Amino acid sequence: MSVCEEISHPQTSAARSRGLRGSALLFLACLFLLTGCSDEWGWYVVDPSTKSGAVNLKFLLQGYWYTLALSLTAIAISVVVGLLVALPGLSSSPWLRGISRVYVELVRAVPILVMILWVYYGLPQMAGISLSVFWAGVIALALSDSAFEAEIFRAGIQSIDKGQYEASHSIALSYTDTMRYVILPQAIRRILPALGNQFIYMLKMSSLVSVIGMQELTRKANELVVTEYRPLEIYTVLVLEYLVLILVVSALVRWLERRLA
Amino acid sequence: MPDTRNRAVIRMDEVVKTYGDFYALKGVSLDVMAGERVVVCGPSGSGKSTLIRCINQLEKHDSGTIDVDGLRLDGTKASLESIRQNVGMVFQQFNLFPHLSVLDNLTLGPMRSRGLSREKAVALAHRYLERVRIPEQAMKMPRQLSGGQQQRVAIARALCMEPRIMLFDEPTSALDPETIGEVLDTMVELAETGMTMVCVTHEMGFARRVADRMVFMDHGEIVEVAAPEPFFTAPESNRAQDFLRRLLSH
Repeated sequence: MSVCEEISHPQTSAARSRGLRGSALLFLACLFLLTGCSDEWGWYVVDPSTKSGAVNLKFLLQGYWYTLALSLTAIAISVVVGLLVALPGLSSSPWLRGISRVYVELVRAVPILVMILWVYYGLPQMAGISLSVFWAGVIALALSDSAFEAEIFRAGIQSIDKGQYEASHSIALSYTDTMRYVILPQAIRRILPALGNQFIYMLKMSSLVSVIGMQELTRKANELVVTEYRPLEIYTVLVLEYLVLILVVSALVRWLERRLA
Repeated sequence: MPDTRNRAVIRMDEVVKTYGDFYALKGVSLDVMAGERVVVCGPSGSGKSTLIRCINQLEKHDSGTIDVDGLRLDGTKASLESIRQNVGMVFQQFNLFPHLSVLDNLTLGPMRSRGLSREKAVALAHRYLERVRIPEQAMKMPRQLSGGQQQRVAIARALCMEPRIMLFDEPTSALDPETIGEVLDTMVELAETGMTMVCVTHEMGFARRVADRMVFMDHGEIVEVAAPEPFFTAPESNRAQDFLRRLLSH
């Protein structure tokens, strides 16, 4: 009961970031206790003070590069595609609205893992092109995400008062100028939390691209487990890697929200 | 020489506007001369807002004709463009752009749709802020201003397009009583410059002061058109009598 009450109460952003830091500390404390009181753990496998441990740790951390490059490229593309899909969805033409709707419904219905497999194995055969693992991953993630971005943009744009359009018309702004200078700047401010959420989701979903052999965080961990046979420690490091990444991104999004508010 | 003073700049003929089964305008005809100040009044739902929103085509009329400045409003892009360049509009809810400073609110239209340089647009903006008597607020954000100041910024924004006609859609209805006066003063000063104005308002003091003609509407029709003095002292129609009695009784 008391938990429910706490959740339903709106928190200030300071309290929320305190909560975030608190939960991270709690997680680390639990981990520390676990490793201390159990004989099952063998941290030597990633112990930076030994030579092999340092090599292993470096191997795992190298995955950050691909995870970040993949997610950032994919999100950049999906935001643009999402906007291009959302705008016709708000048009007065039923045809344009229909096309936008069909795109969203179709793309949204495909699981991300299935999309990755289809883009990597299916698309090259169908289109007669060859795709690197990286670009297959980027396209699959961007495609999947664009449907969600489109819905976020649509909601954001629809939330803007129609008086803003009327004022824009009354000073003879074109549709493009109205969107660019009046509607989108206001809409993006409103949807920033949702965009940030989606970005974090994408960072996590990039782990699925490991199935086609992308050398990102998860793939690195999988490969090391095969050679070292210490899944507990290595996957725990993997969890921590994602935790750090997402806490940093989350803090960045909050900073951006405050700056644009 | 043509007599520009008597040329109709707005000519509405049998204009009909429907929303589904509801007739907002049931064939309205009205001419407005250059430099004329027309005040439109009537009970809520009488179609007065729809009337002026049709003049700058925020609402598209279903039938009848509207000519503004000799140009037929036929829904084409060219006619829309021209109308919005030449007709300024002030809204009940101000509709300032909340994410832009007062100055940027004023320069956006001149720069993007009139193609003025930033320098010229800024000079223009300062001139009209001076005109509405808030030159010191240029760098503020709209939310930092009082309602009356915001509405004066909105008037300045419309004037920055250097329109030939200004439309006012209940410009003081959303204001606190103490700030209504400053907005009305601005409108009176604007009227004195010879601007063609069509105002929907319930401010009868203002109407008496500036109106050349009163237009009384009810149920989507123009019921009575008269000079202010006869209209206020002895309205001809029963509906106008009722309306004025109710308006003045509180």
